[in-house]
Amino acid sequence: MKYLLLKHYRGAPAPVNDVPMDKWTPEEVDAHMQYMRDFAARLEETGEFVDGQALAPEGAFVRYDGEGHPPVTDGPFAETKDLIAGWMVIDVESWDRAVELAGELSAAPGAGGEPIHEWLEVRPFLSEQTTVTE
Amino acid sequence: MNESPLRELVPAVIGVLVRRGADFASAEDAVQEALVRALDTWSDDPPRDPKAWLVAVAWRKFLDAARAEASRRGRELAVDVEPPAGPVPATDDTLRLYFLCAHPILPPASAVALTLRAVGGLTTRQIAAAYLVPEATMAQRITRAKRRLAGLRLDQPGDLGTVLRVLYLVFNEGYSGDVDLAAEAIRLTRHLVALTDEPEVAGLLALMLLHHARRASRTGPGGRLVPLAEQDRSRWDTGLITEGVMILQAALARDRLGEYQAQAAIAALHADAPSTSETDWVQIVEWYDELLLLTDSPVVRLNRAVAVGEADGPRAGLVALADVDPDLPRYTAATAYLHERAGDLEHAAELYAEASRAATSVPERDHLTREAARVRQLLRP
Repeated sequence: MKYLLLKHYRGAPAPVNDVPMDKWTPEEVDAHMQYMRDFAARLEETGEFVDGQALAPEGAFVRYDGEGHPPVTDGPFAETKDLIAGWMVIDVESWDRAVELAGELSAAPGAGGEPIHEWLEVRPFLSEQTTVTE
Repeated sequence: MNESPLRELVPAVIGVLVRRGADFASAEDAVQEALVRALDTWSDDPPRDPKAWLVAVAWRKFLDAARAEASRRGRELAVDVEPPAGPVPATDDTLRLYFLCAHPILPPASAVALTLRAVGGLTTRQIAAAYLVPEATMAQRITRAKRRLAGLRLDQPGDLGTVLRVLYLVFNEGYSGDVDLAAEAIRLTRHLVALTDEPEVAGLLALMLLHHARRASRTGPGGRLVPLAEQDRSRWDTGLITEGVMILQAALARDRLGEYQAQAAIAALHADAPSTSETDWVQIVEWYDELLLLTDSPVVRLNRAVAVGEADGPRAGLVALADVDPDLPRYTAATAYLHERAGDLEHAAELYAEASRAATSVPERDHLTREAARVRQLLRP
């Protein structure tokens, strides 16, 4: 079963250890990066890693504006908008395993070397295959 | 198995098929199929004459495809089934292939993919893995590129400028998947130097070699980006640097300066210096001035301002930055660096944090975040 782990720039409840990264020490930044890399590497090892990408905070909303008109854009994003920072797709045995992994990812060290306790969103993929029921 | 000798045969084999009457798109497909088969079977049983094997298998694949196409359309096969008698002509069509695959009507991403397959002899799977797209997407990109080239003959003159740009794009992609694209770009540029007589081709090769020489020192543990000033220069590849400088000097002696030669000259001045402080920044600024005359590129203007900051002090660098478009990706990072050098740490830390939010790659973002953290630490009592 595939799950999406979503990390937010903003819009998620505030983490416990809520200090912006540029206010950490360089060593704390390094430790955090290392933790994230090790986490992904471990999931590759267990055969549970599918994909991971980071997103820039810039962007815009776009919508169709009718025949003959260019699309309408609305951006940059308002300060109040929920903003996704990146994702990881994992392929695991169960919901419980997905939650366990999200918990580990959320324990990444932050300021003072303490876990950030960041809130991550976990979302199951809708499968492409239908289960045969007859 | 070592794929390089096999891959080197690919452009010549495509050339043979085209000379026998195949159109470029079908010939290229047939050779790709033959290549994939060679990769599957040769490790157990390599043929005595690899090129003849590839020609024979590719020609058969081409005929099969042409027959299927002809019967689908209810027509006779228009191509002679038997290859013309006599030896394969010695003419090298490789240069023509470079021009065709990097034709100016192709979007850069398509030109890159087609060049890697038809000239570089990479498989669609390898190219797709290197550019992190599904194999079917890459196959389709190549098919559409060839469709755009339909009707262009292999013997038309080409645009060397776009060929060089395509090779430089490949080089900058670095190392991803199981293919070292930087090394591949160097191989293809080396080959192009042998096929042409243009100082700019040599300039591009020199530039690649000089950049490649520093590759090992450019990343630290866990892929962390190491800026030039902090690189361990003992890890620079002196063999590549010597070769790059010699190629560059021979090119410059011909007195037909171009942007790649000028960029290589800057890279050579860095490669020659024992440290950032002992670098000949005045001469680097002069080369940036030459480059501006040649290209008038905003990125060159930005890099020049940073060099001015080293040559004449950070305040002069900030003045030079005033002429640069602030929307450039690395503009804020350069401003942060110059403010730090000028002792304005508070402002520098804010700018580094802002620059990290504007970064276009993960290593760059992480590096700039770390720089912000480092400068803030200096501010703490």
